[in-house]
Amino acid sequence: MKTLNEAFDAGKILIPYIAAGDPDLDTTAEIIGELDKLGVGIIEVGMPFSDPLADGPIIQAASQRALAGGTNISRIFKMLEELRDVKTPIVLMGYFNPIMKYGEKSFIEDALSCGVSGVLIPDLPFDEGKEFYDICSEKGLCPIYMVTPNTKEERLSQIGSKARGFLYCVSLLGITGDKRGPIEGIKSYMERVRSHVSVPLALGFGIDSPDKITAVKPYVDGIVIGSAIVNIISEKADMGRKAIVNEVSVFTSALIDALRTALQP
Amino acid sequence: MDLKGYFGRFGGRFVPETLIPALEELEEAFYKAINDEAFMAQYRYLLKDYSGRPTSLYFADRLSKHLGDIKLYLKREDLNHTGAHKINNVLGQILLALRMNKKRIIAETGAGQHGLATATAAAKFGLECHIYMGLEDMHRQALNVYKMRTLGAEVIPVTSGTMTLKDATNEAIRDWVTNVSTTHYVIGSVVGPHPYPMMVREFQRVIGDETKEQILQKEGRLPDLLVACVGGGSNSMGMFYPFVNDKDVKMVGVEAAGYGIETGQHAAALTGGSVGVLHGSRSYILQDGNGQIVPAVSISAGLDYPGVGPEHSFYHETGRVHYTHATDDEAIEAFKLLCETEGIIPALESAHALAFLVREHKNIEPGTLAVLCLSGRGDKDMEAIKGKLFEEEM
Ligand SMILES: Cc1ncc(COP(=O)(O)O)c(C=O)c1O
Repeated sequence: MKTLNEAFDAGKILIPYIAAGDPDLDTTAEIIGELDKLGVGIIEVGMPFSDPLADGPIIQAASQRALAGGTNISRIFKMLEELRDVKTPIVLMGYFNPIMKYGEKSFIEDALSCGVSGVLIPDLPFDEGKEFYDICSEKGLCPIYMVTPNTKEERLSQIGSKARGFLYCVSLLGITGDKRGPIEGIKSYMERVRSHVSVPLALGFGIDSPDKITAVKPYVDGIVIGSAIVNIISEKADMGRKAIVNEVSVFTSALIDALRTALQP
Repeated sequence: MDLKGYFGRFGGRFVPETLIPALEELEEAFYKAINDEAFMAQYRYLLKDYSGRPTSLYFADRLSKHLGDIKLYLKREDLNHTGAHKINNVLGQILLALRMNKKRIIAETGAGQHGLATATAAAKFGLECHIYMGLEDMHRQALNVYKMRTLGAEVIPVTSGTMTLKDATNEAIRDWVTNVSTTHYVIGSVVGPHPYPMMVREFQRVIGDETKEQILQKEGRLPDLLVACVGGGSNSMGMFYPFVNDKDVKMVGVEAAGYGIETGQHAAALTGGSVGVLHGSRSYILQDGNGQIVPAVSISAGLDYPGVGPEHSFYHETGRVHYTHATDDEAIEAFKLLCETEGIIPALESAHALAFLVREHKNIEPGTLAVLCLSGRGDKDMEAIKGKLFEEEM
């Protein structure tokens, strides 16, 4: 498996997010396999939580379905363990309480032992989670921090000095799936962040189409697509695993094309 | 409390990065305000002339007789404007919102008392107001929904999760993340990320400060025992906090045991839960073996919450406050008793506090001087309780 640093070597990358266990973990595993073949840069795997307060209705509903199907951290690790031939680095995304309950140290060890590259926790800011994130860094699990358009300079540089792998730049003041994203002044936002941070910058929240990718790609190193993919999975859920994987594949290919097409002069 | 908002190992700021600047701004504004005599004068003025404080400390003589040899006073928070202690905190926070120039107000509500107080103060100051309320709670507390709408607030039904206070809080936080530059989020209890638990305590401590003065005047000594119900924990913290260093004053916080702790169907985070992170702070919560939040169960919409303020978790572990619980049935019994002995219809939340005394008075030393925080009045609960009190006739 590639490292997060290597993932950005090939130029700008797509970072799809999927909710583990929606509709079931076998389907999640197949989607990961397909995304790997398509050549996405990093795969973000969401661990469900009952009260996901940074997420909009689409990911909330996916989390509920995943929980109803019995998805938990142990089962997600088990699924990942069996995906050893996937080359694309995997980042786990989830809220802090289930991780605390699992045991912070065990979580880090078990994530590493099934090949996970990084962890992103939207309700654990860098300073609040210092102890946890320091252990992550020390053991080689990249802590993926988030910054937002209202993050102040001083805090940006503190986060910048701690960041490993890449930095997750939230595209607007809002939650996942917010159609308004990204904000107007994306260029100056990214420039401001870059002046404090040396790791690659990924932009996410509300980016749901090839057009939006075309609009923001000059300013970023990676683009996260979450709710749009999760939505396709839920819409095709009744048609079976093959249809789901196929539909995700078609959509993701279009996104990759938009990212790779040279900008019009 | 330390600088990061921790009470021992409880508290903190477990929120999306978007909210960090808003919490820092709020913390700064709060400290400035409480050290500004003009702000405090306006706050006190509103408490007095708008809400009707000080609320009385009333000697419940007939109820006392019923409880053996306890001498019981009721701190009448039910006599506040809008009928509960919630307005104390809301007035403080609305004045802060005005200072921060935030013209849009949001709040979560369970019983509707906090939502009602917020809608009331927003109307008084001409602010736009949106209240998140679980659909289930809107049915249980229909009267308060009408009142909030009458006052010009938009009441937004929350249909996610269990459709109660926990989910309304999630939605309010999501709204705040989305509208953070224009909006102040008025949290209704001593929960949430720092500075809320400390700030709400400071706006509610008027309950305990007044009680101290009143009991000294009436009895010439401090009480032996304070009793209050604990949902998120604001009326109890407001009552307890000014007495924390008075070592001889015993304090009892009563959580909602729903159908009974042993059934797993309850709302007792401290006495039936474990440590976790919910809605921005580390505290005791109700959760399963995978760290998923378990829905709370209680007849009382205001106590029906799977978390509790971090400072309560701290006092629970240090032993400064004794936490116990009362079931739905015990609360209904206590509700009836207060109606029949004193002619006071309490909120079902407050009835839980009284239920502790009804159950335990035989184990309380004769002559004990006790104060019970009567956090609210029961009008809002008449619909819910009707079927329980008059099953045969109706
Ligand atoms: C009358 C009354 N008492 C108590 C509560 C519980 O809240 P807290 O524990 O924050 O006082 C509520 C909440 O809605 C209430 O309306």
